[in-house]
Amino acid sequence: MDPTEDMIEAAFPAPQVNELTAPYWKALEEGRLSFQRCAACAHAWLPARSECPRCLATEPRWETASGRARLVSWVVYHHAYHDYYATRLPYNVAVVELDEGPRLVSNIVDARSDLWIDMPLDVVIQREAGTALARFRPA
Amino acid sequence: MRGNVVIAGIGQTAYGKLPGRGTVSLNIEACRNALADAGIEKNAVDALLVKPPTSNPQFMYGQTLAEAMGLQPRVGGAWDQGGAANISLIAFAAMAIEHGQCDVVLVCYADNPRTGSRHAYEKAWGDDAAYGWFGVPAGYAMLARRHMEEFGTTSDQLGEIAVAIRKHGAANPNAQLRKPLTLDQYRDSPWVVDPLRRDDCCLVSDGAAAVVLMSARRAKSLGMDKAVPILGFGQGQSSSDVAQRPDLTKTCAEVSGATALQMAGLRPQDIDIAQIYDCFTITVLMTLEAYGFAKHGQGGPFCAGGRLAIGGELPVNTSGGLLSETGMPGLQLVLEGVRQMRGDATSQVKAARTCVVSNQGGIMHTHSTLVLGNPA
Repeated sequence: MDPTEDMIEAAFPAPQVNELTAPYWKALEEGRLSFQRCAACAHAWLPARSECPRCLATEPRWETASGRARLVSWVVYHHAYHDYYATRLPYNVAVVELDEGPRLVSNIVDARSDLWIDMPLDVVIQREAGTALARFRPA
Repeated sequence: MRGNVVIAGIGQTAYGKLPGRGTVSLNIEACRNALADAGIEKNAVDALLVKPPTSNPQFMYGQTLAEAMGLQPRVGGAWDQGGAANISLIAFAAMAIEHGQCDVVLVCYADNPRTGSRHAYEKAWGDDAAYGWFGVPAGYAMLARRHMEEFGTTSDQLGEIAVAIRKHGAANPNAQLRKPLTLDQYRDSPWVVDPLRRDDCCLVSDGAAAVVLMSARRAKSLGMDKAVPILGFGQGQSSSDVAQRPDLTKTCAEVSGATALQMAGLRPQDIDIAQIYDCFTITVLMTLEAYGFAKHGQGGPFCAGGRLAIGGELPVNTSGGLLSETGMPGLQLVLEGVRQMRGDATSQVKAARTCVVSNQGGIMHTHSTLVLGNPA
């Protein structure tokens, strides 16, 4: 491996997986985007929590997302706040809303034309420095 | 309690680079100047309220500061609401005075991200750092993009906000950045996080400011004729996570502003000038919409055409705001509101009788509003 590439790999800001978030990252490793749903009130959300933010019930269930989503908003970084991203400028970061309701921060890939708000998206799971990430492409 | 409590004195440090100064030292300088401005002795102070330094939060910072100032206040401590805390502390002080908890309050804030650490503004947003999600400017850029796409708000309209405020800062001898900005220069300004350019972003500064509060009755008995009455205040809060906010183009400034104006018994059209927290240009645009100066979505056209400059319909940030006077402490907006109401501002707006001041924290998720009036 190229030593420079090795250095970049080492700097990847990997998620800090804990007991609460482990099922989310494990599902992505297995090729599934998942979210939490409250067993009591059916509210759905991301990121992982131990209590439902709507009714405060405990023990939410994990559910697999359809992968269909819409683009809420996006930005394009021209300044790197982390060494890992310095070689990727400019790069986009987006807020995405799943058809099931939960929102997440992601990247838009394979965009062949301009992005527009509320454009339909599909999830595409990609590996970044060994970590499976949920990115999205125009549907 | 409209008008029952006044701002009797204001003080500040120099703004910009203040190497070798800790935040306790900066706070003390601002408080010393505020007490001198009010013409009262330190021993009259029986409450000390402070916003903890954003770039270096410390446990029980308010007590540390009180000790350094030789104060054993009846009411004291620190309140964390990010950039909204300064006005919220003023509101808390006013309520405490009104209810007999204390008589003379110092509210202050100091920070030194310019010569200290600016890490607080550039850090990762949790696990989303894996997607490259870092830093405060990107959060505001996310709001700006949605506003631009949904309502047709343009980069030039954001630029006009920066042009107006930088013009005011250029006229302020105490401003950190005294270089005016043209719209052409704004257009040439590099992207930081598109759709925000360098000149959409506030300064990174060291500095402190302080205000002295007391009852209007006490100020009168002390013979003060330039004490500025607090007519109203309000607060609001929405999703702290930008991604979770149901409508990215609406903010809690709406409930905060409505609460403050209702308390003051005023409508937006009764407000003569505004000091609006301009950490980014989009913040000004969205706050003015939320306060009812423009309809939701129409902030872009409202901010264009010189309306926000002195001489325009609603002069905004008449000493240069965060974009030009100083990025810290945010409290300088209150100080300028006080000067305008007293009639002793450097760029005095003639016949200004009412001023609204906004402070806000995080990515427009915690808001605090203050309405000031003329000395009686």
